[in-house]
Amino acid sequence: MIAHIFEDRCTACQACVSACPTHVLDAGPDGAPRIARLDQCQTCFLCELHCEADAIYVGPDQRQPEAISPEAILASGHLGRLRHDHGWDREPEPGSTGHLHDFWQLGPLLREGAEIAARRYSERQASDRA
Amino acid sequence: MTEEGIDLQADVLIIGGGMAACWAAIAAAQAGADVLLVDKGFVGTSGVTATGGPNHWWVAPEPGKREAAVEERHARSFGLAERHWMARIIEESWIALPTLARYYPFGGDGRGGTFYPGVRGPEYMRALRRYATDAGVRILDHHPALELLVHDDGSVAGAAGHGRLTGQSWRARAGAVIMATGGCAFRSGLIGSHGNTGDGLLMAAEAGAALSGMEFSVSYSLSPAWNSTRTLPYFAARFFDQDGRELDIPPPIGGEGAHLRALASAMLAGPVIADLSDAPDGLKPILRRIQPASPTPFERRGLDIFRDRFEIKLFGEGTVRGTGGLQVVDAHCQTSLSGLYAAGDSATRELVAGATSGGGAQNAAWALTSGRIAGAAAAARAKRDGRRLGAAARAVGQAGLRPAASPRPVDLKAVLPVVQHATIGYDDALWRSAPKLARARDALDGAWRLLADHDQGVGLDRGGLREHAAMIAAARWVTAAAHRRDESRGMHMRADRPATDAALASRLLTGGTDKVWTRFETPALQEAAA
Repeated sequence: MIAHIFEDRCTACQACVSACPTHVLDAGPDGAPRIARLDQCQTCFLCELHCEADAIYVGPDQRQPEAISPEAILASGHLGRLRHDHGWDREPEPGSTGHLHDFWQLGPLLREGAEIAARRYSERQASDRA
Repeated sequence: MTEEGIDLQADVLIIGGGMAACWAAIAAAQAGADVLLVDKGFVGTSGVTATGGPNHWWVAPEPGKREAAVEERHARSFGLAERHWMARIIEESWIALPTLARYYPFGGDGRGGTFYPGVRGPEYMRALRRYATDAGVRILDHHPALELLVHDDGSVAGAAGHGRLTGQSWRARAGAVIMATGGCAFRSGLIGSHGNTGDGLLMAAEAGAALSGMEFSVSYSLSPAWNSTRTLPYFAARFFDQDGRELDIPPPIGGEGAHLRALASAMLAGPVIADLSDAPDGLKPILRRIQPASPTPFERRGLDIFRDRFEIKLFGEGTVRGTGGLQVVDAHCQTSLSGLYAAGDSATRELVAGATSGGGAQNAAWALTSGRIAGAAAAARAKRDGRRLGAAARAVGQAGLRPAASPRPVDLKAVLPVVQHATIGYDDALWRSAPKLARARDALDGAWRLLADHDQGVGLDRGGLREHAAMIAAARWVTAAAHRRDESRGMHMRADRPATDAALASRLLTGGTDKVWTRFETPALQEAAA
């Protein structure tokens, strides 16, 4: 769930208020948004993706709020990481096929995983019979 | 009503903001219609596509290839899919996806070409939003529709709702309406599905629309117990009980029912732990580049996803990955209500997937195709009949808006467990039986009566109240259809009727709010039952 908004980084653009699909945030009249309905947070991390200032941090547990200090968040290096991994913080490198360069491998890797499971299962069945 | 409201109008009104809604909006606008799209959340982050990575069914138009693909999947549909619809979603996906290139950064296919069929959710929805906006679509984010408006002749005239950031009520009239609000995941915690509460199904059913395939709603997605994620990393997982004994779980593909039942049995007995160390070696270094959000919940808990063991859970997917939804009565994605079209997960996907989920490929291709078809058809209707603004239109929402008896507050927290037990509870859903379904029906009828008779929302509260009403309604249709279909077929698994009955190879319709009804689509079956 959304754990913290860094007011010193927040530009009060309210993009996260708008981008949150479940209406967790309320616009701050002059500044940072307010976490108003945390019970509606589905931990989708999409507010982080839409925050150009990397000022919002979502904790990993969707079942309940977690206490984490702003210092610990900063020290973790995770603030802004997701947006960076998506490539939303920069243009792709010239000459590359872009931030989605590896995306085509999703299907083949998924099938490979399923095949590993199927092979392991049949070997196990065979050894149980032996 | 003392609160201030706004009046809107358009040729085509689209309710919903996921991929089907966007494709519908783009198609309608390209056909020359003035298009208004209202979404409960934000077009770009709303719904299950935004957090996902949909792969569209993708078969080149080479001799015999598409026919073979259709035959292969048709054979797995348990007799309920239609080949011409399947061929249509392949063709539409093939045509439409490349048109997104101005907005979506398609990458390579590993062989020097462009990879079109699979797209990453946040980038896909961002692209569709820009595409729709450029096509002239007016988007109103955070404007949930609460109910439909209906003409005296029963045709759909528009919708009314609430702006949750503005606090203003709204009322929109249109020449045609497209329902694209997604499926219902019953607040299971499934990633992206918090808003997928079946709102559109309820709104349409209140106006008299029929649903189809609601019994095909048993699907789960595996994730860490604390966070529902994408499932790519879990396909090669090994599973253990809490004492470290390895569990004998059938593999995930080729027999989804057996896989899910084995995992659910183990979870009913105690915590189940996953170990992903067997994942393909090629996946480990690039998971982050394919699905950046998949490792995130692990890293933020200080875990190594491929080394550390962790507790897992099955998150119910309801009619999101299940196939049930509004009945489609013609080739234009019209529902059984004149003037109302359905697209994506709010429409039944049986036409292309039958009694199975259809997997990702058919689902995304269906959402894209049904959106485009509905969009074009709605635009044509609006052009032909106009907006009919001179005709009277009445709002037909009931539960939560206009209580049947004396208003008094209802404890919504007590409603959800009843709904979830019946629809996504492991035992009730994966081992359905007539006695369990009868018990669920009675409990759900009680919850419905309480809410429909007494609860009345005001302002912002109306949204949450209507979501709960919609989830109860969807659960009642699921339960009624599962009870009526006295056999097992695809994802509908009856422990008391394990065999498939060849005589029941027909789609099953359901609907009604105060009184739920069911009826087989094939007339002969209906007469036999009467």
